Amino acid sequence: MEHGFLDQYSNVGSFMNRLDPRIKVVSLLAFIVCVVSTDTAAFAAFALYGFILAVLTVLSRIPIGYILKRMLVAAPFILMTALFIPFLQGKTVVHAFALGPVTLTVTREGLLIFWNVLAKASLSLLCAILMTATTGFPELLKALEKLSCPQVVIMVLSFMYRYIFLVQDEFMKMQQAKESRSVGGPQWLHVRALAGMAGMLFIRSYERAESVYLAMCSRGFSGRIQTFHHFQVTMKDAAFLLTIFVSLIGVRFLSAIHG
Amino acid sequence: MDKIVIEIKNLHYSYPDGTKALSGIDLEVFEGESLGIIGSNGSGKSTLLLHLNGILRGTSDVKILGRDVTDKNLPLIRRSVGLIFQDPENQLFMPTVFDDVGFGPMNMGLKKEKVEDAVNRALEEVDMLPFLKRSPHHLSVGEKKRVAIATVLSMEPEILVLDEPSSNLDPKHRREFIGLLQKLQLTKIIATHDLDLVMETCSRIALLDEGRIVAVGKTADILQNRLLLEDYGMIARSP
Repeated sequence: MEHGFLDQYSNVGSFMNRLDPRIKVVSLLAFIVCVVSTDTAAFAAFALYGFILAVLTVLSRIPIGYILKRMLVAAPFILMTALFIPFLQGKTVVHAFALGPVTLTVTREGLLIFWNVLAKASLSLLCAILMTATTGFPELLKALEKLSCPQVVIMVLSFMYRYIFLVQDEFMKMQQAKESRSVGGPQWLHVRALAGMAGMLFIRSYERAESVYLAMCSRGFSGRIQTFHHFQVTMKDAAFLLTIFVSLIGVRFLSAIHG
Repeated sequence: MDKIVIEIKNLHYSYPDGTKALSGIDLEVFEGESLGIIGSNGSGKSTLLLHLNGILRGTSDVKILGRDVTDKNLPLIRRSVGLIFQDPENQLFMPTVFDDVGFGPMNMGLKKEKVEDAVNRALEEVDMLPFLKRSPHHLSVGEKKRVAIATVLSMEPEILVLDEPSSNLDPKHRREFIGLLQKLQLTKIIATHDLDLVMETCSRIALLDEGRIVAVGKTADILQNRLLLEDYGMIARSP
């Protein structure tokens, strides 16, 4: 079965691969906090954030195409939330559309917030893609655990990573079995079959969960999953973190002074 | 007489919906032997196995290593009886092979170095050491089965219990897998309807039908009794 693995660039031997996952998580958080809190009109600051990400992208050796593809997945969600912002109340009207009895006005303030939401969301997303794509998923989970993320969340993510491909396979097989027997017939019948498949998938997953739980109990599970990590912060990690922090704080405060 | 490691007397079990799965099982397993439990689909093999480490508890006396199956004894019983489920996808639930094989030892409260030792030793035993850092979903079926065995070997069990270990394996990997089972020197209980596997790995056989043990004996005696095997659906009736 073919799967686009979540972490196909997690082990290409780049500088970003070798960083301690905890450092990457902390850097990502710092980046997002700085970007989100930056003043709306500080265009130069956003350009500089973009520059930082460009440097990181080069260091990660991930092809641009891959990053853009991952961005596209999230793009609809960002656009959906941002779509109505230009029509918000504001003083300076840039353009007005007449749609029958309703007049829609695009305001300068609205446009500014619109651009701002897009820029902040894209930058944060880009940074998240960079940090996660360069880290193996199991490592990422351990880093989160080490950084005191609740265990329930870690367990859910861990099982998701382990079983999502299986569920996908199961769905594919059902799909193939259905296709093999779909010869004509009304379209609504296919939709009904799809609903049945979704239900079946749920039941199978539920039963699998039960078996997995029994397998866990057989090996002495008592409510808490323990794992070990081999993380060690090196000079390189420290230097990276320091550089990121200094550049972020630099950009953030320069923009504040100029703004 | 060899030491008895598992002693089951008059075991009955019904599923919550009332279906009777086991009705009066009597069975003894001796230290160091390889016992094959054979029977057609739905004869109660898997249900019986689930009683061997206290996952299910029917109405009877089940003694594992001389101990009653009680809440107090459960941790000890579960570390001494390594139960391997049929589908390795369910047996391997952690993100990496290391975490999975180390799951049992960690629950036993071992220190980090001890866990690493146990994991390395268990993977070495099934020839899977190079796969330490891989994710289970990147392994082939044969590799998954091997790792699944390692996940219980790392707990250093005294008894290994396997449910349909040869299912889904192609002939070559099945052969290799049988070799591995022969190599493992501990008490083994293997539930299957693969008679070749039983012939090559087991010294004794218990034949199960509709939740009852209908025959127990030496492997050769049972497998040569064509009528018996035909009667209980283990081989097709000759025309």
